[in-house]
Amino acid sequence: MALRQTEMRPMGKPIGRKEDPRLIRGKGRYVDDVMLPNMLYLCIVRSPYAHARIRSIDTSAALAAPGVKLVLTGEDLASMNLAWMPTLAGDQQMVMATGKVLFQYQEVAAVVAETRAQAEDAAQLIEVDYEPLPVVVDPFKALAPDAPVLREDKEEKSNHIFHWEAGDREETETLFRDAPVIVSQKVRFPRVHPSPLEPCGCVADYDPAKSKLTLYVTSQAPHVHRTVLAMVSGLPEHQIQVISPDVGGGFGNKVPVYPGYVIAVAASLKLGTPVKWIETRTENVASSHFARDYHMTAEIAAREDGKVLALRVKTIADHGAFDAAADPSKFPAGLFSIVSGSYDFKAAFVEVDGVYTNKAPGGVAYRCSFRVTEASYLIERVMDVLAQRLGMDPAELRLRNFIRKDQFPYKSPTGWVYDSGDYEKTLKLALDRIGYEELRKEQAEKRARGELMGIGISTFTEVVGAGPAHLFDIVGIKMFDSAQIRFHPTGKVIARLGVRHQGQGHETTFAQIIAEELGLSADDVLIEEGDTDTAPYGLGTYASRSTPTAGGAAALCARRIREKARKIAAHLLEVSEDDVTWDGIAFSVKGLPGRSVSMKDVAFAAYTNIPEGLEPGLEATYYYNPPNLTFPHGAYIAVVDIDKGTGAVKVRRFLAVDDCGNVINPMIVDGQVHGGLTEGFAIAFMQDIPYDADGNCLAPNWMDYLVPTSADTPHWETDRTVTPSPHHPIGAKGVGESPNVGSPAAFVNAVVDALSPFGVEHIDMPIFPWKVWSILREHGISE
Amino acid sequence: MNIRVTVNGRPYEADVEPRTLLAYFLREQLKLTGTHIGCDTTSCGACTVLLDGKLVKSCTVLAVQADGREVLTVEGLEKNGQLHPLQSAFWEEHALQCGYCTPGMLMASYALLQENPAPTEEEIREALSGNICRCTGYVNIVKAVQLAARKMSGETQETLEVAATHGTSTD
Repeated sequence: MALRQTEMRPMGKPIGRKEDPRLIRGKGRYVDDVMLPNMLYLCIVRSPYAHARIRSIDTSAALAAPGVKLVLTGEDLASMNLAWMPTLAGDQQMVMATGKVLFQYQEVAAVVAETRAQAEDAAQLIEVDYEPLPVVVDPFKALAPDAPVLREDKEEKSNHIFHWEAGDREETETLFRDAPVIVSQKVRFPRVHPSPLEPCGCVADYDPAKSKLTLYVTSQAPHVHRTVLAMVSGLPEHQIQVISPDVGGGFGNKVPVYPGYVIAVAASLKLGTPVKWIETRTENVASSHFARDYHMTAEIAAREDGKVLALRVKTIADHGAFDAAADPSKFPAGLFSIVSGSYDFKAAFVEVDGVYTNKAPGGVAYRCSFRVTEASYLIERVMDVLAQRLGMDPAELRLRNFIRKDQFPYKSPTGWVYDSGDYEKTLKLALDRIGYEELRKEQAEKRARGELMGIGISTFTEVVGAGPAHLFDIVGIKMFDSAQIRFHPTGKVIARLGVRHQGQGHETTFAQIIAEELGLSADDVLIEEGDTDTAPYGLGTYASRSTPTAGGAAALCARRIREKARKIAAHLLEVSEDDVTWDGIAFSVKGLPGRSVSMKDVAFAAYTNIPEGLEPGLEATYYYNPPNLTFPHGAYIAVVDIDKGTGAVKVRRFLAVDDCGNVINPMIVDGQVHGGLTEGFAIAFMQDIPYDADGNCLAPNWMDYLVPTSADTPHWETDRTVTPSPHHPIGAKGVGESPNVGSPAAFVNAVVDALSPFGVEHIDMPIFPWKVWSILREHGISE
Repeated sequence: MNIRVTVNGRPYEADVEPRTLLAYFLREQLKLTGTHIGCDTTSCGACTVLLDGKLVKSCTVLAVQADGREVLTVEGLEKNGQLHPLQSAFWEEHALQCGYCTPGMLMASYALLQENPAPTEEEIREALSGNICRCTGYVNIVKAVQLAARKMSGETQETLEVAATHGTSTD
């Protein structure tokens, strides 16, 4: 139950959300709610082919259709120098196809008309003459020497995008050579899609009289969008205002700049009037950024007592037709090298090869923290394979190999310096709370009766909060974040941040951080994000970076204000600054707690009674370059029962114990965990975007790409341990993505555990009932 | 085509194309943008409203089909500046995050509690299974509906105090 926002010392308390009053009244303002005078609507014509040359495009009938104001093709954009745009991965991506199309649902032409329906009607009238080309959907075949080259625009005539590696190959090989036990497992993390409930869209409003472009857009990173738009369009950055209004969920889907945005901007530039583009669900699933699609092989070298020695991982990454994976520029496979997980490996070697295929671009999305989902799933899955091979309890194997509490800060074999952790404590709490030993007993009894019950554990380490400037940048811009806090004379505060929430509750939690630092209640602090004209420059919200980066900035910014406030307090109390103490609510004279002034008094004095030599006003800005990432961790346990007749898996219980350091708002953290576990559940059991041999996307909308309902979704249990981040200003770590990173392995481990008596060591996700049914039938099990 | 439709108790007369979906009519012609669109296959329920007291997905009803009928949308839940118990329960139980499914979820919950004033968790989950939420994992939505049910049956007088202090200032 939420507490009032007027609570003092609000850090750590379940304060009711400030954003809710508008959202429960239908008064949120999302992009499609934006209506401007003379606004037109844009509809995009998409390719029915996965790979085809465009012979010609006939737009004459569309141009003559009622209400149509403009038709654009790739050639038109080329004349504006907008046919291609740079991606966050350093590749180029077509905005609209010129010459050929490279994936089904790719943007080919666009119509602008007075109404949405007119634009859709006219789009149907555009005739495109295609010459189909051979299609590549299998990333392994894409690397074959005779594979058709997809990207004719690239200098290197190959479908190979990059090779990337981390760790010590030689040391790893040596340890493998002498290891008594080696396990190896191929693991696929299927292509899935973040599917926020609100699809992507924008309203581009170019005002020729002011030479100013205003872009309302579903954006997790509005400042970066503005910079990219300035680079692409040639418009000066101070004449571009990007506004990311209320966002109906992002989950990484709304980090990139999509072709639709650029087309809408191009149309508005040409017409000098606002142009709205809102994609359909089908366009969202089939063409906007997918997630995962990693084909991984992991090997663990270990001793017979289960002590792990070395880890070797080889991955083929399917990136689709353009490498648009939203990664920091030095990390083409994201932070995948966190794959040694929570365990103390002596050495590790990880390599990833990126491959072009005739599919939609993307890869990094859906609470992945830059490929940590893949890494975490892989190591947690393969640790279970090792446990099974050794006949060891998976909890015992983990306890034997955890990085110990006293080893932090811990340098991983691939170079990460984990900030803090107490893995044993977290797992033991989880085992205790779920009644692990009793569950194993129950399982043994059920096995004896021929019933199928499984218990799955995942003890993951996340890496979030990118990041330190020496390592992390997006299109060259270092991955700091920022806060700007301004006191008004009456003691009320407006604060703006460089991040952009999409439902994670920043308007509440950042107010809590600032209020805690300044002796206010959350109610006294208004938080704003998303308007690039007013908010300080920041890199946006994704990869659970808000609390680590902007959260740090908010605290340090407030402390900067407190430094000045102390001077004003000294002036008001008529003592020297050294004699002033801060107790969290007020300044008082040392030894005389009765003589005090509140921050409200100080704020008023900053405007009315300023000490000599001090600038009037009370405000500060802070751009925070984090010294390291934060490494939250967790221990998740799933208990499943399997129906032998149908192969249906029922998740009987799921307990998630998370440790994200100091908690700002436990109610909001729980909500994040519930949502992320539901995504993990969907990924484990129902989500996949397959392509057929002709490159047809077989799950382009929510009829075939499944999102779980309340009836499908298990009840979630949560708990926490607290191991603060030593380097973070308030000891807080990110957490938003932990539940998606940590949970798929727990589900799959549970199902495999249930089927292990039949020798099953691995099942690739999604675990549809038919897969389990087939395994049971193969082993002669029937109802 | 001319239609007359009562929305949230207020009569409207409008000229609509026969193909115009009720969801777009509400959003674009009446500017009631609380009703959202989350899919194109009637899967998500973000557009859920009540039509003559019956739950419908307004993306799958034509505006002309609402002719002569009554529509209730999320904007009609609040009465005289007082939040509906479901609205305050969603707030208190943190049953929303991005807020995009919330209007449809509130309408579906409203219809459920009209029919079944004291639903079990299973009945709530079943009744809301036409409404997709991507943020909450449903746990707190179930709790909010249970809390609202208790509030509406008079078992509890509790209201979030912030509702009293700030609740009406955002309109």
